Amino acid sequence: MASFKSASQESAAKRIGSFLAKLVKHQIFIPIAALLILVIFNLIADPSFFAISLDQNSLGNPVFSGYLITILDNASELVILAIGMTLVTAASGGQDISVGSAIAISGSVMLRVLCGTNSRPEVLQAPIIVAFLVCCVVAMLFGAFNGTLVAIFKIQPMVATLILFTAGRSVAAWINKNELPIISDASFGYYGNFIPGIPIPTPIFIAVACMILIALVLKFTNLGLYTQSVGINANSSRLNGIDPALIKFITFVILGLCVAVAGFIKVSRFSTINYSVIAKDIEMDAILAVALGGNALNGGKFNMGASILGAYVIQFLTTTLYKFNVVSSALPAYKAVVVIILVVLSAPIVRDKITETWKKLAPVKIAKEAS
Amino acid sequence: MQDGAILEMRGISKYFPGVRALHDVDFTLHEGEIHALMGENGAGKSTLIKVLTGVYSKDAGQICIKGSSGSVSIRSPEDAQKIGISTVYQEITLCPNLTVAENMYIGRTKGSLTHWKKINTEAGKLLDSLGIPASPTMQLSSCSIAVQQMVAIARAVDMECKVLILDEPTSSLDDQEVSKLFRLMLDLKAKGVGIIFVTHFLDQVYEVCDRITVLRDGKLVGEYVIGDLPKVQLVSKMLGKELDDLSGIQKNADEIYVGRTEVPVFEAIQLKSSANIKPFDFAIYRGEVNGFTGLLGSGRSECVRAIFGADKTTGGTIRIDGKKARISKPLDAMKHGISYLPEDRKRDGIVGDLSVRENIILALQVMKGFFRPFSRAQAEAFADEYIKLLDIKTASSDTPIKSLSGGNQQKVILARWLLSNPVYLILDEPTRGIDIGTKVEIQKLVLKLAAEGKSITFISSEIDEMYRTCSRLIVMRDRRVVGELRGEDLTQNKIMATIAGGD
Amino acid sequence: MKKYLALVLALCMVFALCACGQKAAPEASKDATAASVEPAAELIKVGIINNDPNESGYRTANDKDMKATFTKESGYEASFAYSLKNDEQIAAAQKFIQDEVDYLLISAAGTSGWDSVLKDAQAAGIRVILFDRTIDADESLYEASIVSDMALEGKTAVDWLASQNLETYNVIHIQGVMGSSAQIGRTGALDEMVAANDKWKLVTQQTAEWNAETAQQIVQAVIDSGKEFNVIYAENDDMAKGAVAALDKANISHGVGKDVIVIGFDCNKWALEELLAGNWNYDGQCNPFQAAYIDTIIKDLEKGTAPAKKVVIMQEKGFDASTITQEDVDKYGI
Repeated sequence: MASFKSASQESAAKRIGSFLAKLVKHQIFIPIAALLILVIFNLIADPSFFAISLDQNSLGNPVFSGYLITILDNASELVILAIGMTLVTAASGGQDISVGSAIAISGSVMLRVLCGTNSRPEVLQAPIIVAFLVCCVVAMLFGAFNGTLVAIFKIQPMVATLILFTAGRSVAAWINKNELPIISDASFGYYGNFIPGIPIPTPIFIAVACMILIALVLKFTNLGLYTQSVGINANSSRLNGIDPALIKFITFVILGLCVAVAGFIKVSRFSTINYSVIAKDIEMDAILAVALGGNALNGGKFNMGASILGAYVIQFLTTTLYKFNVVSSALPAYKAVVVIILVVLSAPIVRDKITETWKKLAPVKIAKEAS
Repeated sequence: MQDGAILEMRGISKYFPGVRALHDVDFTLHEGEIHALMGENGAGKSTLIKVLTGVYSKDAGQICIKGSSGSVSIRSPEDAQKIGISTVYQEITLCPNLTVAENMYIGRTKGSLTHWKKINTEAGKLLDSLGIPASPTMQLSSCSIAVQQMVAIARAVDMECKVLILDEPTSSLDDQEVSKLFRLMLDLKAKGVGIIFVTHFLDQVYEVCDRITVLRDGKLVGEYVIGDLPKVQLVSKMLGKELDDLSGIQKNADEIYVGRTEVPVFEAIQLKSSANIKPFDFAIYRGEVNGFTGLLGSGRSECVRAIFGADKTTGGTIRIDGKKARISKPLDAMKHGISYLPEDRKRDGIVGDLSVRENIILALQVMKGFFRPFSRAQAEAFADEYIKLLDIKTASSDTPIKSLSGGNQQKVILARWLLSNPVYLILDEPTRGIDIGTKVEIQKLVLKLAAEGKSITFISSEIDEMYRTCSRLIVMRDRRVVGELRGEDLTQNKIMATIAGGD
Repeated sequence: MKKYLALVLALCMVFALCACGQKAAPEASKDATAASVEPAAELIKVGIINNDPNESGYRTANDKDMKATFTKESGYEASFAYSLKNDEQIAAAQKFIQDEVDYLLISAAGTSGWDSVLKDAQAAGIRVILFDRTIDADESLYEASIVSDMALEGKTAVDWLASQNLETYNVIHIQGVMGSSAQIGRTGALDEMVAANDKWKLVTQQTAEWNAETAQQIVQAVIDSGKEFNVIYAENDDMAKGAVAALDKANISHGVGKDVIVIGFDCNKWALEELLAGNWNYDGQCNPFQAAYIDTIIKDLEKGTAPAKKVVIMQEKGFDASTITQEDVDKYGI
C-alpha cells in the first residue's frame, strides 16, 4: 500500500515536473512569466496597484481609473503595431524601423484632411471616417513602398525602411506646411480618450478589435501558414506555389494599416501632432515586443499572442518605472536591464537549462513534502 | 585498447526525448583502415558520428583514442579536432561567401595577423596535389557542389588528422570525382589514417572499405571483415530481415509500348528556361514512367524545373492534354496537376520549422486558396493518413520536419505531392541520401502510381534505379538532350554509352 | 501584374520623396545662382545656416522670422541652408565662403568642429554671427552670439511660481530630453529652489523627452498612486498639454484659481490661448526671434561699430494667465 502510494506520488511529481518543463519550453512562457513577475512585484510594493475606481472626468463623464486601465490604455498603439511587426518579421526576417515616422505621416495626413488648409478649423472639413480612410490608404502606400524595396528589390528590411525612418518626420511636417494643426471638435478626441458615457478608454476597444480581427484573419485565411513558410524557406514556398515576394509585400501593407490605426489613436489623444516626437522610438518597442514574445527576429515561426503579450509587458514595465519614480537619467538603464534579463531568459539555451533543472527539482521537492 | 586500434568507443548510449538514438554501441577503428559505418536512416550512424565529434554529448560510454591514456572527453568539435578527429559532413558546412583558401584555413591561422598570400599558395598546392579543380581565390559559392565537397575534404586532410570521418561524401559527386576521392582515401590510408566512411552506396563500400560496422535501430548489429560479408547479407543485416530482393521491382513490360499515338498528358516543344539549357522537346503519356539521366550538371534537373515553372521559361510551347497552356510559375503547373519533388530537399523541399502536418498539406492548401484554409481536424486527418501510408517515422504530426531523419523528410515531401493528387509527378532524386529500405519503397510506389494511371518523371543518379523503374530514358549531356532510350535499348551498358557520347 | 503595380507605386513614392526633399535644399542654390547672375552691389549678402525648420515649432518660427527680416527690401541678399547635421552645416558654410557672402549666420547643430571653417571665413573677410546656439570656438572667430539664457527662463518661471505664495509646493516636474540645454537650464532653477526651501517638494521628476503622451503617462502614474500635488512644471508646452490631459481625465481642476497650477514653456500660440482661457497659469518664452538682433548688429558693423558684447542674451518674457492679452498671443505666439 505504502509503496503504491509513493509510486503514485512519484509519477504525479514527474507529471508536474514534465508539465512545468513543457510550460517553460512553450513560447508564450516568457511574456507570461515576465507579466507575472511584474504583477507580483507591484502587488508586494503596493497592494492597491490593481485597484480600479469609477470616477468622473472633467467633462462629467464616468471613467474607470487605476494603473491597470492606464496600462491597457497606453499599450494600445504598441499592441496594434506589434501585430503588423510580427507578420513583417516572420515573412521577411527583418524589421520595419520606420513605423514611428510612418505614424507621424499618417497622423499628419489625417489632420490635413480634417483641417483643410486652416490649421485651427472651427468645424471639421471632412468626416472623421473619410480622414481615417485616407490616412489608411496613405499609410498602406508607404507600407507598400517599404514592401516593394524589400520584396522586389531584395533590400534588407532595416536598410529599406531606414529611408522612411529618416525622411518620414520631415514628410509629415511638409504635409501640413510645418503648421501644428489643432482639432477643436470634441468628437475627434473620443478615439484616443473616452466616448461620453463609456468609462473604458476607447483605445482599449480599438486594440481589442484589432486583436480579434487578426485572430479571425489568421483563422480564416492562410496568412499565418504562408508568412511562416516564406520566412523559413522562401525557395520551398515558391515551389509550393506561394509567391514569396507578394507575401512579404502584403505583410508590409498590413503593417501600414496597423500604423494608420495606431497613428489615428495617437493624434486623437491630443487632437494635434508634434512631428518630431510623436510615436518616437515606438519602432524599437514594437520590435522588442516581437522579441519578448519569443519570436525569432530572423523570421519564420511566430506566435501572435506572445507578441501582443510582449507589448503589454513593455507598457507594464514603463508604467511601473514611472510609478516608482525612477530618476529620469537612469530610466533607460533600468529598462535595458529588464529587457536584457527577459531576452536572455527567452534564449533557447537558457530555457533548456531551466527545463532540465525543473525536471530534476520537481520530484525531489514533492518527495520531500510527502515525507 | 586493442592492438593497432586508433579509436575505441565502448558502450556508447545517447537518448533524445522519446527516442533511443544509440544504445550500448561499440565501435573500433584501426590504424590505416577504411571502415564503413552502415545502417538505414535512423539507425544511429549520424548520432554516433556526432557523439564522436563532440556535437552531441553522450549519455553513457567511453571513447579512447590512441595517444591519450584512458578515455577522452570530447565536448565540442574543437576538442575533437584537437585530438585529431576531422569530419566532412554530407551537407556542406563551409562558408559560401568566403574564398576556397579562406575556407580551408579559417579558424586555424595562428595569431591575429594572417599572411593570405602564403596561405593562398599553400592552398593552391594542396588543391593541386588532390586534383581538385578550384583556385584558392575563388569564392566557394561559385564552385559546384562536388568541388565544395572536395574542398571540405581538403580542409580536413590538411588538418593532419588521425581519424577522418566522411559522412556521405560521395552523394553529390559523379563517378570520376568519386574515383578521385577514393584515390585520396587510399593515400591517406597508406599514411596510417583511420577513415570512417558513411555512405548509402553499397558498391562504393565494397570498392574501398576493409571492414564494416552495421547499426540498426540505435544498436550494434555487428562488425565484419568485408570479404566475409556478401552484399546481400549486408543489406539484410541493415534491414533486419531477409532481403525482399530488389529484383522484385519489375515494371510490367506489357504496359510499355513504343510510339504511342494518344495525346500526351504533358508535352513541351522547344522549351527553354533561364537556367541555360538548350531548347528541348519532351512528352509523357498516361501511366508512363520516364526519366532524365546524365552526369552531374548535364541539365537533367534544369529540364524538369523548366517543366514545373521553377525556373523562368524563356521560350517554347507547353501542351497539357493537347491544349496549349502557360506555365510561368510553380502555381500554374500545380493547377494543371503537375507536382515536383525537388532535388535539394533541404533547400527547396522542406520548410524546416513547420510541423510535419503543415509540410504535408502545404501544396494542397496553396492550391485550395488563401482564403480557404483547412480545418485543423482536416489537416490532422490528411497528415495521419499519409504518415501511416508512407510509414513516416515521426513522434507526432506536430513535430517540426527538421527533426526527422533525411529519409523521413523525403517521405513527407512525397506525401505533400501525393496529397495534391497530381496527374503528372516529377521526382528529382527522390532516393538521394536515404536508406535502401526507403529507396525500394519509393521505387515500388512509383510503379504503383504509374499503374494507377499517373505519369511520372523519375530522376536518379543511380542508373540501376533508373532502368528498373523507367520505361523511357531521356539522356542529357552538356545541357542538351542527346538521346532517348526505350525498350530493348534500356540496358545499363547502353545508357552509359549514350551518356558518355560514344555509340 | 501585381509586380508592376508595386513598381509604379514605388516610383510614385520616390518622386514624392524627392519632391519634398528638394524643397529645402535647392532654395539655397537658386538664390546663390541668382546672386551671381546679377550681383547687386548695394545688397548685403548673407549666408544663413540653420537647423531643419521641421525640427520643432520653435525652429519653424525662427526660420520664418529670418526669412521675413533678411529680404531684398531691407537690403539683404540671403541664401539659406538647412541641416540637422554638423558636417553638412560645415560643408554649407564652406560653400557660402566660396560664394563670397558678406556675413555668415550660423545656428550650429553641434558645438564642435567649427574652428577651421570659421578661420577660413575670417581669412576671406567674412564676418560670422552665431544665433540660437553657441559653439566651442575662440571668441575672436565670430562677431557676436545671440542666444537665449535657458537658466534665466527657468529662474523667471520659478520666481513667478514663488510669488504665488502657496502654502506648500508639491511639484510634478516633467523634464525635456536629458542633457539638452533647455532641460538643463529649466531643471536647474527648479532644483535650486526645491533644495533651498522646505515648502517645496518634488512629487515626481521624470523625463518625458518633450513628448506630450509620455508626460500624460507620468502624470497619470502620479494620479493613480494617489499622491497629492498642486503644481505641474513642464519644460515645454507639449508636455504641459499632456499633463493637463491626465488632469482632465481625473477631473482635477487646473488653471487660474483652481487646484493645480500649470506651467509650460516655449509660448506656442495654442499654449498662450490656453493661458488666455485661464486653463494654464504661466508660460515661459524661449525667444525664437533673433533676426531683429542680428539685423541691428549687421547695420552697426556696416557703420563700423562693433557690438558692445560678444554674447547677446535676448529678452525673454514669461506670461501670467491673469495678465495676458490677445495682443500678447498674436505677437509672441509661435
